[in-house]
Amino acid sequence: MPRKTLYNVGALLAGLGVTFKYMFQKKPTIQYPSEKKKHAPRFHGLHELRRYADGKERCIGCELCSSVCPANAITVIGAENSPENRLSPGERHAARYEIDELRCIFCGMCEEACPTDAIVLTPRFEMSDLRRGSLIYAKDRLLVPPEAGVGAAPDDRPNGIPADLGRVAEIKSTDDWQKGYDATFRGTVLKTQKKGLAES
Amino acid sequence: MNQWWTPAASLWWVILIKSAVLLLIVITTFAYAMLAERKVMGWMQMRPGPNRVGPWGLLQPAVDAVKLILKEDLTPKTADPLIYRLAPFISLVTALSVYAVIPFAEPQPGSIWAISDVNAGILFILALTSIGVYGISLGGWASGSKYPLLGSVRATAQMISYELSMSMSLIGVLILAGTTSLAGIVNGQAKLWYFIPQFVGFIIYIITAIAETNRAPFDLVEADAELVGGFNTEYSGLRFGLFFIAEYINMLTVSCIATLLFLGGWTAPFGWTVVPGIVWFLIKVGFFMFFYIWLRSTFPRLRYDRLMAFGWKVLLPVATLNLIVTAVVVAVRG
Repeated sequence: MPRKTLYNVGALLAGLGVTFKYMFQKKPTIQYPSEKKKHAPRFHGLHELRRYADGKERCIGCELCSSVCPANAITVIGAENSPENRLSPGERHAARYEIDELRCIFCGMCEEACPTDAIVLTPRFEMSDLRRGSLIYAKDRLLVPPEAGVGAAPDDRPNGIPADLGRVAEIKSTDDWQKGYDATFRGTVLKTQKKGLAES
Repeated sequence: MNQWWTPAASLWWVILIKSAVLLLIVITTFAYAMLAERKVMGWMQMRPGPNRVGPWGLLQPAVDAVKLILKEDLTPKTADPLIYRLAPFISLVTALSVYAVIPFAEPQPGSIWAISDVNAGILFILALTSIGVYGISLGGWASGSKYPLLGSVRATAQMISYELSMSMSLIGVLILAGTTSLAGIVNGQAKLWYFIPQFVGFIIYIITAIAETNRAPFDLVEADAELVGGFNTEYSGLRFGLFFIAEYINMLTVSCIATLLFLGGWTAPFGWTVVPGIVWFLIKVGFFMFFYIWLRSTFPRLRYDRLMAFGWKVLLPVATLNLIVTAVVVAVRG
């Protein structure tokens, strides 16, 4: 029998002291439904499809998000814009846009891949439901309602990162779109701006 | 002589009323001891404990009781039906019967603060708690299943090993007091509480009492981690509830005995007689209950062979030595 563990009364008393001390300490518990944790500003939660300030959808149905998605959670079916039914400023729009939130791993790669910053991850995280089918979010729930403006965006988040993360953020209306946008250039802009942030 | 408000303690209807009231009090104490345990353990583990049902979680025991009653009562196909059903009752009835002899405050002329004052009270309690072991042993055996059987085998071995040391530690007090009546023992502590002259016995009693009531760190009988739930694995619903109640009432019982035998029962310390004796008694019992919970949230479970080795190789020799020394000292001093 190891004498050290069984007969070391001092160690036993020290253990009792630890538990007694902890009894009076402040509890870190968050009383969830009534009290909610403050998430990081760029928390990856439920998706949102944004609009431009003039109400047009940002999504151009390019399916880049769908191809980059590691969990195959996104389904996009694009359609041509016609002059009388013009949903987005580009040539195409998303006729169907569905995300299976149960498959989604909230990595945010769709957000990064999107050339128009249409798909963003909001900090909303409470999306439990009773049926699996109800967790396939389509455009009716993903798209920002017209009255809600452009929607929560990475450039609108109060995170201290400058609002013009990439030139896309400056494009607030369809007219700006026409000025042209170099998607290949965006990555470099992001990198340099983030670097600048880290140094400052 | 006896007025109507101080009826003779031996009148049958007085005993009946006292029993009913005491039963209610003990069961309520059990309910809140359980809540207190969950609360205190929660605090010690940096959690708030139950706080959803009622203010500060105070209605939790009631909800738990309703839940237990509504649960399905299962009897395994391989179980011995009669003994399987009988075992929880043995546990609970013996646990409750102990309160027939426990005095809670100083006896007044013509009335006592107990159901009855048995002159062999401590023997009565020891006998009943020994029968209580049958509840656990038979329950595990009659379940007709692997883990309960292991649990009850452990229960039997553990009880035998620790009950011996426990009785030894109590005999020291009996020698000092010269009586086996609980009220008599408390009266013997008017000047000096017995935990000072019987300090070794006191420590041994505390340790063996934990083992007797199957509480952590000696809860080898239940041992959730290795035996699923030990003897009560197969029990569900109200029958499990009875075992559960019995466990907590046994906790309360050994706390009461420790108070009566070592901490002077209702005797006030430092002559603070302003506070009535019953309050002192409850404070002391409460201290022991807290100590139990405190131990449970601090120490991990002992390994089985170490538990047995500790009982036989450490506690029993020390208890025997303590008993011999006490006997010699009392004999020499006359």
